[in-house]
Amino acid sequence: MAVGTQYLAEQPKLRSSSLVLGAVALAALLAAPFFFYPVFLMSILCFALFACAFNLLIGYVGLLSFGHAAFFGGAAYFTAHAVKVWGWEPLSGILLGVAGAAAMGLLIGFLAIRRQGIYFAMITLALSQMFAFICLQAPFTHGEDGIQGVPRGHLLGLIDLNQPNAMYYLTLAIFLFGLFAIWRIVNSPFGNILKAIRENEKRAISLGYRVDRYKLGAFVMSAALAGLAGGTKAIVFQFATLTDVQWQMSGEVILMTLLGGIGTMIGPIVGAGLVIALQNYLASSQFPVTVLIGIIFVICVLLFRRGIVGEILELMKRKSKATA
Amino acid sequence: MSTIFGIPAPALYGQILIGLINGSFYAMLSLGLAVIFGLLRVINFTHGAQYMLGAFAAYLLLTYAGIGYWPALILAPLSVGAVAIVIERFMLRRLYGLDPLYGLLLTFGLALILEGAFRYWFGAAGKPYSPPAQLTGAVNLGFMFMPIYRGWVVGASLFVCLGTWLLIEKTRLGAYLRAATENATLVQAFGVNVPLLLTLTYGLGAALAALAGVLAAPIYQVSPLMGSNLIIIVFAVVVVGGMGSILGAIVTGYVLGVLEGLTKVFYPEASSIVIFVIMAIVLLVRPAGLFGQEE
Repeated sequence: MAVGTQYLAEQPKLRSSSLVLGAVALAALLAAPFFFYPVFLMSILCFALFACAFNLLIGYVGLLSFGHAAFFGGAAYFTAHAVKVWGWEPLSGILLGVAGAAAMGLLIGFLAIRRQGIYFAMITLALSQMFAFICLQAPFTHGEDGIQGVPRGHLLGLIDLNQPNAMYYLTLAIFLFGLFAIWRIVNSPFGNILKAIRENEKRAISLGYRVDRYKLGAFVMSAALAGLAGGTKAIVFQFATLTDVQWQMSGEVILMTLLGGIGTMIGPIVGAGLVIALQNYLASSQFPVTVLIGIIFVICVLLFRRGIVGEILELMKRKSKATA
Repeated sequence: MSTIFGIPAPALYGQILIGLINGSFYAMLSLGLAVIFGLLRVINFTHGAQYMLGAFAAYLLLTYAGIGYWPALILAPLSVGAVAIVIERFMLRRLYGLDPLYGLLLTFGLALILEGAFRYWFGAAGKPYSPPAQLTGAVNLGFMFMPIYRGWVVGASLFVCLGTWLLIEKTRLGAYLRAATENATLVQAFGVNVPLLLTLTYGLGAALAALAGVLAAPIYQVSPLMGSNLIIIVFAVVVVGGMGSILGAIVTGYVLGVLEGLTKVFYPEASSIVIFVIMAIVLLVRPAGLFGQEE
């Protein structure tokens, strides 16, 4: 059984109930900076987008990438360098990060899709580790120090992003754009073929689809969206460091998606919110974060493989079946 | 002083020796991974942590119980193997029959727990562990000085790899194991206790990792993160070799270790990535790996 098939139900059509829910969520997101610390919210948004990008691959193609940190952290480096050293405008800096991540996705994806399943995971892990070594040695990343003091600058030369609220609403807009892109991809004919590959790759091949091209396409899109999240994070936090390219980060994004629910639209967002909130909460305590992350991993894999959102959806499905 | 390709010969030999030692660890660890994967269809991400546990077991035995290197060489693998058996019985076993990726994720989580806990208790800094008195000093080989302990590590790892290979290829237990790898249901129908075989295999794989950890302790120091950096390289080794063959895993381990050592001489900047580059090339030329078969 493929990982993504745990939650098999197709994305529900836009019903009025989900429209209302979406409107409430949007209103909450718009009002949030008046109630919470904006940097905390922005960090959740960045990681939520990162997890959604990762979920595009595992949830809808069934490919477990263990190297998505390379795209997230790589884009952060590219954006930070463009904005700080070349003096680019922030949005074009982020776009450069996206382009860089997509190019890396093309390269890594091209190699990784030559093997399947468990090997795919190991290859992406190894190649992203190689990228991390390169980041450690390349001059423009400044090794252990990273790129510090990245200016937030003015959006399109007009809006001063040093105001926390302006930065927050830009991050929110980017997050919503990324989410919409993923929703469009998943619900397009292209997305349906991806799901067909996930369910039965051999049958998709026998139907005449060039499976490798679809996989590579999905990989590049996932990498580009992870890069969108990483580039935005570099502007929000004003630095890019090795932390974001290392394998621990790849592990974290897997955990966020697994915890929230692989193959669900909002699961990764829930998972990212929970993991970031936990890390924030534990930052002031003595308890080692890695241990907790490991424990959540073990519990998720052993007890609820559908994730929080996936289990709730499954419960609702069973209920509606029972009443029908 | 003699030179080879413009490199002083002693430096070259020195790096080849270091490469052989690294290769010894790659070989022992990828061997364990291949044995476990062959039967359990699980990629054991905890392998690096089990290697680290072996080294720490030796360190703790010496520090708190005064038990030296030689007993630790037996005791550490036994205790780590016992822990692994518990893990297999109560956790991994629940995942058989599911997508193998869940096994990878579970063992990844376990590795994070173990490494995080040891880092919390002992700090990130490496702890020195002296080699036993019998193996200190160096011997003059005529063309270079070789520290005795390093020679011992290469010899011991060759012995361990050969022993494991013989166990799997030439004994009755190994025959059961290979048969169960081919078709577990049929072997069980013949009255072999396959679940027990799975448990023992995981224990054996983990014990091999721990043994490698004890051997590594005097060379690399004992630190909580010593395993996680190594395991990713070993994954690349496994991708290059393909996990279909035990002998393939061993040979690939040594060869890549030596190649990495040679890169340190001729182009040091690339030494940390050379194994990954080789992996990329192998994927382009022979996607199934050098000794693997397309599934």
